[in-house]
Amino acid sequence: MEHNLFKYVWRHSRPEQITILLLVAISMPFYFLSLDLPKQIVNQGIQGMGFSAEQPTQSFLVLNLPFGEMLTGSTVNIFSGFQLTQETLLVVLACSFLVMVIVNGLFKLTINTRKGRMGERLLRRLRYELSDRVLRFPLPHLRKMKQAEVATMIKDEVEPLGGFIGDAFVTPAFLGGQALTALTFIMVQSVYLGAVSLAIVLTQAWLIPRLRRRLLQLGKQRQLAARALAGRIGEVMDGATEMHANDTSNWERADLVGRLGHIFLIRFEIYQRKFFVKFLNNFLSQLTPFIFYLVGGLLALAGQLDIGALVAVIAAYKDLPGPIKELIDWDQQRLDVTIKYEQVIEQFQPGTMIPPSAQAVSLEPAKPLTGKLEAKNLSLVEDDGTYRLQGLNLEMPLEQHLAIVGDSNSGKERLAGVLAGLEHPSGGSLRIGGQDVTEMPEFIAGRRLGYVAPDVYHFPLSVRENLLYGLRHAPYRNLSEEKDPKEEFENRESKRAGNPVLPLHYDWVDRGPIGDTPEEEEQALRRALYLVGMEHDVFRFGIYGTIDPAQHPEMAADLLKARALLNQKLEEEGLSDLVDRFDPDAYNRSSTLAENLLFGTTKDASLQGEALAKNPLVLEVLSETQAGGTSLAQDLREIGLSIARTMVELFADLPSGHPFFDQFSFIESDDLPEFEDLIGKADRSGVEDLNKEELARLLELTFNYSEARHRLGLIDEAKEEKILAGRKALAKRLSSGEMSELEPYDPEHYNAAAPILVNVLFGRVVYGQAEGESTLQFLVVQVLDELDLRGAVMEVGLSYNVGLGGKRLSQSQRQLLGMARALLKDPDLLIVNDALGSLDSSTQSRIMERVRTHREGRGIVWAMTRPQTAKDFDQVAVMGEGRITARGSFEELTAAGGALAAEIGKG
Amino acid sequence: MSLDTEVDALKKVPLFANIETSKLKLMAFASERLTYKPGQTLVKQGEQGDAAYIILEGEADVVINQEDGTEVVVAALKRHAVLGEIAILCDVPRTATVRAREQTQALKITKDLFFRLVQDFPQIGLEVMRILAARLEKTTQDLTAARGGH
Repeated sequence: MEHNLFKYVWRHSRPEQITILLLVAISMPFYFLSLDLPKQIVNQGIQGMGFSAEQPTQSFLVLNLPFGEMLTGSTVNIFSGFQLTQETLLVVLACSFLVMVIVNGLFKLTINTRKGRMGERLLRRLRYELSDRVLRFPLPHLRKMKQAEVATMIKDEVEPLGGFIGDAFVTPAFLGGQALTALTFIMVQSVYLGAVSLAIVLTQAWLIPRLRRRLLQLGKQRQLAARALAGRIGEVMDGATEMHANDTSNWERADLVGRLGHIFLIRFEIYQRKFFVKFLNNFLSQLTPFIFYLVGGLLALAGQLDIGALVAVIAAYKDLPGPIKELIDWDQQRLDVTIKYEQVIEQFQPGTMIPPSAQAVSLEPAKPLTGKLEAKNLSLVEDDGTYRLQGLNLEMPLEQHLAIVGDSNSGKERLAGVLAGLEHPSGGSLRIGGQDVTEMPEFIAGRRLGYVAPDVYHFPLSVRENLLYGLRHAPYRNLSEEKDPKEEFENRESKRAGNPVLPLHYDWVDRGPIGDTPEEEEQALRRALYLVGMEHDVFRFGIYGTIDPAQHPEMAADLLKARALLNQKLEEEGLSDLVDRFDPDAYNRSSTLAENLLFGTTKDASLQGEALAKNPLVLEVLSETQAGGTSLAQDLREIGLSIARTMVELFADLPSGHPFFDQFSFIESDDLPEFEDLIGKADRSGVEDLNKEELARLLELTFNYSEARHRLGLIDEAKEEKILAGRKALAKRLSSGEMSELEPYDPEHYNAAAPILVNVLFGRVVYGQAEGESTLQFLVVQVLDELDLRGAVMEVGLSYNVGLGGKRLSQSQRQLLGMARALLKDPDLLIVNDALGSLDSSTQSRIMERVRTHREGRGIVWAMTRPQTAKDFDQVAVMGEGRITARGSFEELTAAGGALAAEIGKG
Repeated sequence: MSLDTEVDALKKVPLFANIETSKLKLMAFASERLTYKPGQTLVKQGEQGDAAYIILEGEADVVINQEDGTEVVVAALKRHAVLGEIAILCDVPRTATVRAREQTQALKITKDLFFRLVQDFPQIGLEVMRILAARLEKTTQDLTAARGGH
């Protein structure tokens, strides 16, 4: 990348810079005209200068040929002007003033907009180039960089460049011109004074940059310190588990405080120096008038200088400090952004980089790799000289399955990375299918080779997107028929900023391995999931997922059928007692009290969790529901008090922090004393005397209570009736528009916010029925299959978002999904880098078996730690200290005296 | 059946007869109460055990699967019987299958809960020891009698 910011800016924005310079030049006469007009308005228009009884009119807009006198000797008049009276002239001048204001404003608008656009284009180009480099960094280099630092560089550190680029050439040209004009004018008036001004300006120009040298260094330090701070914060977040687990938060705090202090000191010194420079600068500027007044005055007194000329010089001088000052400010800004630019660029110049040609967009399918894998004398050396691989030789036909067995120091992981072309060997040669892997472009390696890492990364997208990620190679097909009118403009802009035109809305999925139709895609995805044994997991994501019936009316209708069918089945098999079905007119004992009261789903936070006990509308309804002399609100508080009493009785003896609190109690151990006080207060002066907060706490307890689960015998039939009355009253108030966020459970309708499973069960699993849940799940699956809904549910499961880095999946699910991604691509050689390590050995063997059967006749290199798992591979290579120490069939290696005999014997 | 009735039932179990009511209440509250239909199994022979059960209502058969595949009912468990406690104490597979003969309700006391209770309330541990010792004594006697019989 270009090291000099100005060269970079000039190279990529030359035409635009020139246009803006021209525009500025053209705007100048208009600007001066607008400065001159007020004088004319006052003098001629208002005061009537030049008007008299004899001459009631004046010419306006007299046009003489510029330099006419010089060329022809006399004034050449082109247009003799309009004859106007004083009033008309005033009106015309005032209107001209308005026109000038508008014209100037429009010039300013155009120039500023163009400057801004040019700056943004260049910033976009720079940011793209930097991000593009990140995409092209070799993995070993990338591993050495801190994410947070790279992100700050691309996002924040180059940001000020955008503002500066617009002024990079215009400002010095314009201000320099102004300053030069003023200086020339002074020179013309008096050579001495001109020389004095020039001397001082030159002193400024020489001294100020020297004083700024230290500022420059400080600026660099500041930038590095701020970047390091960003990196450190990223690090602390990455290591949060360690930090919490080892009580090192204060150590981290100390480190952060130290860094902030360091940044403060740098900034403080910057301010001190900056303002000193400013002070000196101002002083030097004011030194000139001082010399003019003193020296010029003395000269004038001595009669050596005409007073008129002195006044003219002083008048001209007032135009000099402004531009000079601004020039100096511009220079300050220049230094600042140049440092930023250079500091950023420096970080983006690794020794080697993947050439752009290796990542070219290729719509053609890559040619399959056939033949064999051949590694000769392969070595891999770390920066510090440690050998990870040395003199490694390996040969295998691409139809075979090879197991590489070795411990974690054997170098097998690094070998796997090298085979996949992710890391380049330091020496030796590696050919797959006759092609040199180190020179294999990514559009071949990334399509024909499959690689599964142990710490496979998942993007915070759906399961489907993560599976298809392995196929998103190029924009294959335009999905929309219509042309987006904005598209052309956007593409043009992309090109202007040096960004490639890559339409994101195209279908980027390589349909080769999975087929063109949605059905084929579906099958391929399910097959891949089946191979890694994740079909059931995804199905579960599906039944616990939700669908929007407005978007999937057919599926919603089918699920309602499933609801009816399940009910029928349960009745037929005498299993109706497993589900406590939702009935608008009955209390549901397996649900909590809050669920009974709301009887529906909501996305409104004020109707969920703790907020419900404080919701004014709910409280109002509870107070209004009366029966048997008490309101429902009173009853529920009494129940809350009973629960609190029981909890205090049960848990009082347990030490605080006992796991029972988490598992069983309604009350956390820390809150127990608070509830003891609350009970005491209620006993002394009655429940009604508690304050609003305390009443809400009691209500909260009640809301979480479920008779079937907690069995404290607190809700009898009379109370159930009353709660039902409350449910009806609440529903009425909610549906009358006071809060329409509640979607009630309706036997005839699909509930959008409830999971599919709840919609099909349409009730709660009855608590405490042996094998109730598993029986029901079995039946639900059966019903869904009968109605041919499995695929639809799988689809919902496939849209399950796996969370940041796949955090919503278990470790083994992450690994399996990574394997499925690689299988979906159907590579010529699948390289597995001990990628199922988090699975128990029997599951691992089962998956391995399935994968191997599926890839019969297609190459696999599987790096593994446990030799037992290598049993059915065609070949086994044993690795140790970066070399292959033994080779052969599993039987040979494990026979007496074989390289693995001891290992197998052990285990 | 509410918590109080469960506590009453627990009091009738010899193992817990000498334990304070409040501790029993905590145990009952922390445990799941399960309903078994006739024929459903509470524990299965050969499986790892993670819980003991106390029959609150109903009756269950203790069944042993023989090597030839046939089953023999060796005992019947009635109300207030405890079962499965050996498996949670010493990590051995279930020695027999227990199957509900009629609608049966049982309190499931998980291994975790049981150990926590023993840890927090040593008198439960002592009681368990006493009962196991008594059983050992009985088994020894039975064994002696059986040998004498040959």
